[in-house]
Amino acid sequence: MPSPPAIEVVDLVKRYSDVRAVDGLSLSIGAGEVFGLLGPNGAGKTSTVEVLEGYRTADGGTVSVLGLDPVDDGPALRPRIGVMLQEGGLYPGLRPLELLRLFAAYYDDAEDPRHLLEVVGLADAGRTLVRRLSGGQRQRLSLACALVGRPEVVFLDEPTAGMDPHARATTWNLVRGLAERGTTVVLTTHAMDEAEHLCDRIAIVDHGRLVAEGTPAALTRDAGADVVTFSAAPGLDLAGLAVALGLPAAAVREIHAGDYSVDAAGTPERIADLAVWMRDRGERLDALRTGRRSLEEVFLRLTGAVEQ
Amino acid sequence: MSTRRAIGAQTRAELALTLRRGESLLVSFAIPVGILVFFSQVSTVDTAYRDPLDFLVPGVLALAVMSTAMVSLAIATGYERRYGVLKRLGSTPLSRGGLLAAKTVNVLAIEALQFVVIVVTGLALGWHLDAGIVLAVVFLVLGTVAFAGIGLTMAGTLRAEATLAGANGLFLVLLFIGGMAYPLDKLPTVLEEFAKVLPAAALSASVRGALAPGGHIPGWSVVVLAVWAIGAPLVASRVFRWEE
Repeated sequence: MPSPPAIEVVDLVKRYSDVRAVDGLSLSIGAGEVFGLLGPNGAGKTSTVEVLEGYRTADGGTVSVLGLDPVDDGPALRPRIGVMLQEGGLYPGLRPLELLRLFAAYYDDAEDPRHLLEVVGLADAGRTLVRRLSGGQRQRLSLACALVGRPEVVFLDEPTAGMDPHARATTWNLVRGLAERGTTVVLTTHAMDEAEHLCDRIAIVDHGRLVAEGTPAALTRDAGADVVTFSAAPGLDLAGLAVALGLPAAAVREIHAGDYSVDAAGTPERIADLAVWMRDRGERLDALRTGRRSLEEVFLRLTGAVEQ
Repeated sequence: MSTRRAIGAQTRAELALTLRRGESLLVSFAIPVGILVFFSQVSTVDTAYRDPLDFLVPGVLALAVMSTAMVSLAIATGYERRYGVLKRLGSTPLSRGGLLAAKTVNVLAIEALQFVVIVVTGLALGWHLDAGIVLAVVFLVLGTVAFAGIGLTMAGTLRAEATLAGANGLFLVLLFIGGMAYPLDKLPTVLEEFAKVLPAAALSASVRGALAPGGHIPGWSVVVLAVWAIGAPLVASRVFRWEE
């Protein structure tokens, strides 16, 4: 990364009474990157983001955003960041256009509120009270509020939660547009496809620790991406099959009774070897699939959400 | 300058929100005016005053301050905290001081309107206004600071529903034992002594002393009012939590 990082997190610790929500996390996010924080519920994603936003003080380690301390340099930093909270943050008694105009007034070089409302697809709802908007509409308004100040760094905490597919697509386009303008985006998400489509880099966190980090492509590659899966009668001779396929014994596993996976590329030769081996034993071969492991599978493996 | 623009916009938004809350307008305008008109026509309690309006107008002015600075402010702020609005504002360039300034202007603007409506109603009913009004306004401002401190203490520590119930309940209790529509000296002695250390009675007695013809301002009321005006905001600033 040629330019200095927009965000630097070193050995961050955040405790709530006895629980270590963030436990020694280090990240470096480059200027203009779209960076995804992935992890199961309670992994420490929101805690991390809220330390970066200046809402919480770190119990250990250091963080800097645009070279500033989010708490001590808050007044200097706040005009340069945009925040979308996981929920809430909107006056229920105001209308979207009024709310955006209010937020625009906080910043020196704000976007045109009316235009921004159109961009997030709320032009028609501009005069409806916020309390009467749907969940997805509120999410989009919240996003607009995060963007109205033309921030250099945007924090989006689960930005598409509760959105319908159309709103989600709009939001994805917006985030891509931000990236093209050089805005640094930090987003947390549960949705793997979102992370895979939007993020230049992803950090997978679990129990407040970094489990893996890299581009979506590198993550799927490093986690043994090539895989062949199939179903057959339970209790096949795994060691014998591994020999027949020319692979180490550990590469062939029975995940559940009758569901098998082979950690290797599904080349035509290998498929042929598998088929021959099965034919010789009079076994049926079902649900044969070859391909790359998806980011979702990588995520589930790394965070221990499924048994190996 | 951007700070002024931000505070100006915030103030306009706060005013719009206040004017959209029908129930808050009811507490701020209908109840004080209703009490003034009702008790001036129906003399349920005879007071030491020749004209019941000399008792009622100062009491209702105090009541109006309590309704706006404590009840409306507490409920509005409590729900802003509940809805994450206060948290969200925390990451904008609007400072806490800026937000407080906007809320202050909002409260003072509503109070000024209440003041005019109540005084005009009083005059229409035959009340006489004199120079004591200037000192009365000083006391009303002190009362505003005290009640805002109490309201923000509730809003910043309790759940929104508890703030709603608590502020309204406190309003009702203080209406009866605050010397506003019902004279303090008609209360049982123990209750009267207790009432005298609370800000409501201190405010109504101070304002009444300033406005009553030839009236004097009781020393205790000014001391109690000043203590609340200093203490309550201090407590609020210490215990206020921005997130529920």
